Amino acid sequence: MNKLFILAVFLCGSILYPRPAPAADAVHGKTLYRVYCTQCHGLSGDGKGINAPQLSVQPRNHRDRAEMSARTDDDLFKAIKEGGQAVNKSILMPNWDGNMTDAEIHDVVAYLRALCCAGAK
Amino acid sequence: MRKVIALGGAALMTALSITSVRAAEAPAKIQKDCAVCHQMSGPASPDLAARQTRKGPPLFFTGNKFRRDWLEAWLQKPTRIRPAGDFAPDHAAKGPEGDAVDAASLSGHPAVDAPAAKQIADYLMTLTPNTALLAKEDYTPGRVSARIGAMDFVKFKGCSGCHKDTPKYGGFSGPELHTAWQRLQPPFIVSYIRDPAAWEPRTLMPNKHLNTAGIHKLANYLRTIGEKPEKAK
Repeated sequence: MNKLFILAVFLCGSILYPRPAPAADAVHGKTLYRVYCTQCHGLSGDGKGINAPQLSVQPRNHRDRAEMSARTDDDLFKAIKEGGQAVNKSILMPNWDGNMTDAEIHDVVAYLRALCCAGAK
Repeated sequence: MRKVIALGGAALMTALSITSVRAAEAPAKIQKDCAVCHQMSGPASPDLAARQTRKGPPLFFTGNKFRRDWLEAWLQKPTRIRPAGDFAPDHAAKGPEGDAVDAASLSGHPAVDAPAAKQIADYLMTLTPNTALLAKEDYTPGRVSARIGAMDFVKFKGCSGCHKDTPKYGGFSGPELHTAWQRLQPPFIVSYIRDPAAWEPRTLMPNKHLNTAGIHKLANYLRTIGEKPEKAK
């Protein structure tokens, strides 16, 4: 009986006070950014990657605080996961949902926030 | 990192400074030599670190991927297929106008003589773990005009961001595609476009979720630009 009571209290507690989702990991996001994003957005995130000169649209400068501040985390997540067209931007920004999990994309968003607005290098 | 790559290349040059060996010894020797830079047994690693440190594409599904005649010829006279190497961030450097390919950081593939090339191709073409993936595809090569195909490749699908469809036009980070038709088996082209991660979980190729007609259109464009023109009679 006591065990049942403790279990019931635990379950109620879990429902009323769910554990927060694990925080996005900007350090892991930096690694993912290097692998998937720097080819176009540049080693430093300035939008001048090795592919950039061949593109008809300049990749976003992720160090531009004003530009990046105008985008919500949800906007960034959607652009990475579903591609540029999903946020009315260029088709040249592909959807990365087949390459990264949602958690990994959140990590990239966390790194982008650090890059644009917290002086990450 | 670049020093390590250069040393790896030097080690490979030594390892592959070979002619053919006795048939019974060939598989083990080829496995060992190629493994200096290539993953020789599957499945492809989902590990992000492994993708960053690999030196060349995986070869454990060579028999599902390459055309045998191309492979044998290429081994004797290798050319660069990926303008920025197998992992572009390792071969990019900041310049005054942005990043550029650091050619000095790239090392070439060693050439082998004709008997060795035949022996290596014979062995590698036996590696076919992904035949089931190819069996899902039903593709009969067709035609698309170069102009329409180019518009699709560049404007509608955005492939040119990473790939070259002519020697002069297109991105640097992906393998050149103006030679893809000569290099790759058509069902592989179709299967890889449909689901790149099914072949390599940490591929840098996005899955554009194209329908079959869209995939076949791209494959047909690669045929249009890649087939060698017939010799004039």
